[in-house]
Amino acid sequence: MDRIRKALAEIVGEEHVSDRKEELYIYSRDPGLMEPHEPDYVVMPKTTEEVQKIVQLANKEKIPIVPVGGSLSLSGLVIPHRGGIALDLKRMDRVLEVNEKSRYVVVEGGVTCGKLKAYLERHHPDLRYSIPDAPPSATVVGNIVIHGQGRLSQQYGFNSDMVTGLEVVLPTGEVCKIGSCSVSPYWFSLAPLPDLAGLFLGWFGTTGIITKLGLRLYPNKKLRDIEVFVVEDPNLVPDVIHRVTHTEMAEDIFVSAQPYPFMFKDIIMIGICLTGDSEEELEFKRRMVWDALRPHIDSKEGGFMMLTPDIKRELLEMPTRSTTRFADVMKGGGFEYCGPIIPIEKFPEAYKKLLEFSSKYGITYGMTGRVIARGNCMMFAFGYPFNRADPDNIERTKKALHDSNLASLDIGGVPWKPEAPAQKMIMERMDKNTLELMKRIKKLLDPNGIMNPGNWEA
Amino acid sequence: MRKLELKFDEKLCATCSTYDCLVKCQYMKMDKETAKAEVQKLIKGEDSFVLHECVTCYACEEYCKRGNHLFYLITDLQEKRGILPAPKPIVKQWINIGIPGRKDIQQFWDAKEPVISLCLFPEYVNSIQGKLFENVSIILGRYFFCQLVYLHFGKPSLIRERLPGIIENIARHGFKEVVFFHDECYSTFVSYAPAYGIKVPFRPVHFFEYLYNKLKEHEDEIKPLNIKVAYQRNCSSRLAPEKEHLVDEIFSLIGAERVTRKYDREDALCCGGIIRGLQRYELFVDVQKRNVEDMSNAGAEYCVFNCPGCFSSLSEAVAKKGIKPIMMHDLCKLALGEKPTGWK
Amino acid sequence: MRAYAEQIHRCFRCGYCKFTSDFTEFNCPSYSRFRLETYSTGGRLWLIWAWLKKEIDWSEHFAEIVFSCTACRNCVEQCPMGFSDDVVEWIVAARSDMIEKGFTLPKVRDFLNNISKHGNPWGIPRSKRDAWAEGVKRYRPGDEYLLYIGCVGSYEERGQRMAKNLAELLDKAEVSFGILGTEEDCDGNEVYMLGEMGLFQELANKNAQKFKELGVKKIVTLSPHAYNSMKNKYPRLGDFEVFHYTQLLLEMIGEGKIRLSELKAKVTYHDPCFLGRYNGVYDAPREILKRIPGIELIEMKRIRENSFCCGGGSGNIVMDLLGRSAQSPSRIRVREAYETGAEILAVACPSCMVMLDDAVKDEGLEGKITVKDIAELVNESTNRQ
Repeated sequence: MDRIRKALAEIVGEEHVSDRKEELYIYSRDPGLMEPHEPDYVVMPKTTEEVQKIVQLANKEKIPIVPVGGSLSLSGLVIPHRGGIALDLKRMDRVLEVNEKSRYVVVEGGVTCGKLKAYLERHHPDLRYSIPDAPPSATVVGNIVIHGQGRLSQQYGFNSDMVTGLEVVLPTGEVCKIGSCSVSPYWFSLAPLPDLAGLFLGWFGTTGIITKLGLRLYPNKKLRDIEVFVVEDPNLVPDVIHRVTHTEMAEDIFVSAQPYPFMFKDIIMIGICLTGDSEEELEFKRRMVWDALRPHIDSKEGGFMMLTPDIKRELLEMPTRSTTRFADVMKGGGFEYCGPIIPIEKFPEAYKKLLEFSSKYGITYGMTGRVIARGNCMMFAFGYPFNRADPDNIERTKKALHDSNLASLDIGGVPWKPEAPAQKMIMERMDKNTLELMKRIKKLLDPNGIMNPGNWEA
Repeated sequence: MRKLELKFDEKLCATCSTYDCLVKCQYMKMDKETAKAEVQKLIKGEDSFVLHECVTCYACEEYCKRGNHLFYLITDLQEKRGILPAPKPIVKQWINIGIPGRKDIQQFWDAKEPVISLCLFPEYVNSIQGKLFENVSIILGRYFFCQLVYLHFGKPSLIRERLPGIIENIARHGFKEVVFFHDECYSTFVSYAPAYGIKVPFRPVHFFEYLYNKLKEHEDEIKPLNIKVAYQRNCSSRLAPEKEHLVDEIFSLIGAERVTRKYDREDALCCGGIIRGLQRYELFVDVQKRNVEDMSNAGAEYCVFNCPGCFSSLSEAVAKKGIKPIMMHDLCKLALGEKPTGWK
Repeated sequence: MRAYAEQIHRCFRCGYCKFTSDFTEFNCPSYSRFRLETYSTGGRLWLIWAWLKKEIDWSEHFAEIVFSCTACRNCVEQCPMGFSDDVVEWIVAARSDMIEKGFTLPKVRDFLNNISKHGNPWGIPRSKRDAWAEGVKRYRPGDEYLLYIGCVGSYEERGQRMAKNLAELLDKAEVSFGILGTEEDCDGNEVYMLGEMGLFQELANKNAQKFKELGVKKIVTLSPHAYNSMKNKYPRLGDFEVFHYTQLLLEMIGEGKIRLSELKAKVTYHDPCFLGRYNGVYDAPREILKRIPGIELIEMKRIRENSFCCGGGSGNIVMDLLGRSAQSPSRIRVREAYETGAEILAVACPSCMVMLDDAVKDEGLEGKITVKDIAELVNESTNRQ
């Protein structure tokens, strides 16, 4: 093993390789509940060339590689199931280009969500990107390769729908450009070329390593506000979503429910964010949304909450600190969620199941959900905070997550960023030919099976 | 538990010559004839459009100069007839807000008089400091929540159900006098409780009475502010109008000129917060617009608030008009050369 | 002490601790240096918990990770959780636990032994502590201020320059003060941060007793480290107030006891961790700079609560666990200062002075930017009359 370490050190420099126990320990796990597995090496490249050399070495020596971003999927997607090289991409942290007129940005594979947000605020205040609720240390690329969602997903789709180009290092070591950048100097679009990005998005690194990403940017309006509509009856939620999305007035639309504090007990909140460049624009949008929900207001079944400036600030924050704080609900340092993508009309069923599992396993929950693409589908999160110092609580939480994954599939949804066991559940139900196609693509791109093994393994 | 009856004298209404309670209402327009007819319906327990259109601003309690409690009657009737001013989930939220949780303390063993109750406003604890608040103890939390807010949501029986327990929680400490930060708490104990025959074994002290006395103690340290202010009366201040003079006395002490404007004193407008909570959006916009424009036209530099709820609801609109929103006690601190909490 | 063992699992490794408040930069000195997850606060806390659970054994690398935290408090500032205030205390408690069990780095052991034996981390004889102080008055009961110099100010050349400038200024302002000279002992701040609680208690008690016996009512410190330990952690055996020298200088300037002449310079100011994040003193040093005619204060991007630690804390000024790289915190900071266009990087701490001055040399920026402390700038300004 020593000569491998030496070879890696020659590529990235002595200081950026480690096979010491401490690094192996930390990179063996993520803040979720999946079992840890240690890598043999942790490597931190700075350039695409370095990544390429590492991949070539790994291919030659048949050593697994796991690309690592923020490690915040919580479903163990960066855990090296078969050891090998944990490739921490976060030294590749440059924002390479912002094209203001065509509204896109090109970032390296390890740029954090926080850095991109700060960069745009400082240098291009009229532009924004679809920032997820994950902590700022999550990486832009990491969030996209798992089909993440963000503040602009209700308007424009999954964050992965906003990709305009990629640079990937294939498992066999070649560097490819995907999208318009493969033909032109501009990274503005995947279309009208055959969509090769689909070979790399949602595959959790099993088909290649993304070293550069082109991403759509959107107009950043000066003002931002929020309305929260509350209902008691979960069966009303799909219609509320349908009506609000029909207006096409909202920015983010999210749904949340939690049993504590008491002011949130037994009600469901639908957060509707609004943006505008003027008070007039904001007011117009607000009225459209209120009008859309009049029938529910008049029936006394739903109403807009009175929000204090403090509550608004917390709900509008990007990223929301309250999402991270959910990990301390059990004073236990963790939470994990099963967050399937479901058809909108399946919300009541999913919600019922959540209450069932919470009660069955005696654990508390936090439900969040985000509407995607003007109400085409939504992410519904069965969120469970846990105490990592309490083995019994961990066991129960794992069971609840397992049941939640099964229930998600049963109601017709698909688990998002599924843990390895949930991936298996998905593949068991998948169309046989589709699964076969996935296998073929993996085999084609990664003949030696070195890329993040243990994931999407049929 | 003995059912608590509202002390309401029908004969006072029968012999009334003005029916100002409803004639003066700023949100329902009616003449004396209509007012008289609707009052009769309410007394008989019948349906009336008043029950459906009332925005719960409490003002009729003040407009009635004969000491009858029309507003309390309205709220009792709303509940009896199952009329909900606000949507059910909003009402449920408010009912749940009052339930004590893990962090609420039931007894403040170290609290001594002078004691100020901050009930549901922990965010103001940091503002209770400086010369005006030396040696003051604070009690707060849901065990001391006055419950009066349920008048807005057609659930007054909840007030009467929980209030005796709340009074017991306070009385257990042995306080002879309790200063109430929120006007609503004060009004609960001096107006609502007596109206239903609920005994209050301590003397409720209005926050402004406390502030005035403290300012007098430090009178030689006051530097007159020489500012023009608008005052935002909150709903519950209608329940105890006998303390309104304190506002003018404080302003006089600290050198604040209360601008003459239309929507002040008896003609004060609701901050709009509850109106919005009752989902009457257009009325909410209208009420805030008129109120703030009125302040602006009168040349107000500051808008002084009595109630944290009003502050939450109206401060943004006020600030957008270039008027500085400030709570009364923070204004008093300014007059003593102290910086209000959170100001840079 | 063991209470940390019951809480430390609450870290979620969310990573907020790595950043400034607006996420523009990484702001954790050890993470900036190494970029391995183990060197972020979250990684460190998880490793400590792993060690407590016996999932990992003690090793030199583990020790390096634990002791390379400079205790700068950026993580405390940025952590979104309810326990954020405790984060550095957990690391200190863990260090204390380890030291008690006999686990530490040789460098740390030497650092602490030297302080115990010689009153300073370099092991230089006590007799040399006042070698810089010829002509400086010794403290006598009745003097208004005890001027406390500290180890860096006493033994390190650039620290000594700061001490001399300050003593001169206090003389000019006719302040009644004196130093302890060879009677001065280490203030113990880094001893506390490194977790050697026994030695810290000894130093704190000895010093506090000395102050009481001498009737000291006011202490003014050269170093923010001493300011922090004496103000916040010392037993109140006598009743004494503690000031940092920038607070005193500002007062002297305000009272007209120090008269400032024009000193034309573009200056940027580096907030020291123990003055800034630990004690909230951000304005006094800036006020002084603004009062010197001719000085143009240009702020760096990371200031006040977001100041980037020079990397010298927790004994790293001696132990140098974050050095030997262009990514050493002090070099990153000097580059940041240079980018502002300032000619002078102003500091208010002898540790920062040494770290940043060395970094200027390592960056090859000598002659392009100079590190000076506030006392030196004020003294320069008065010397121009």
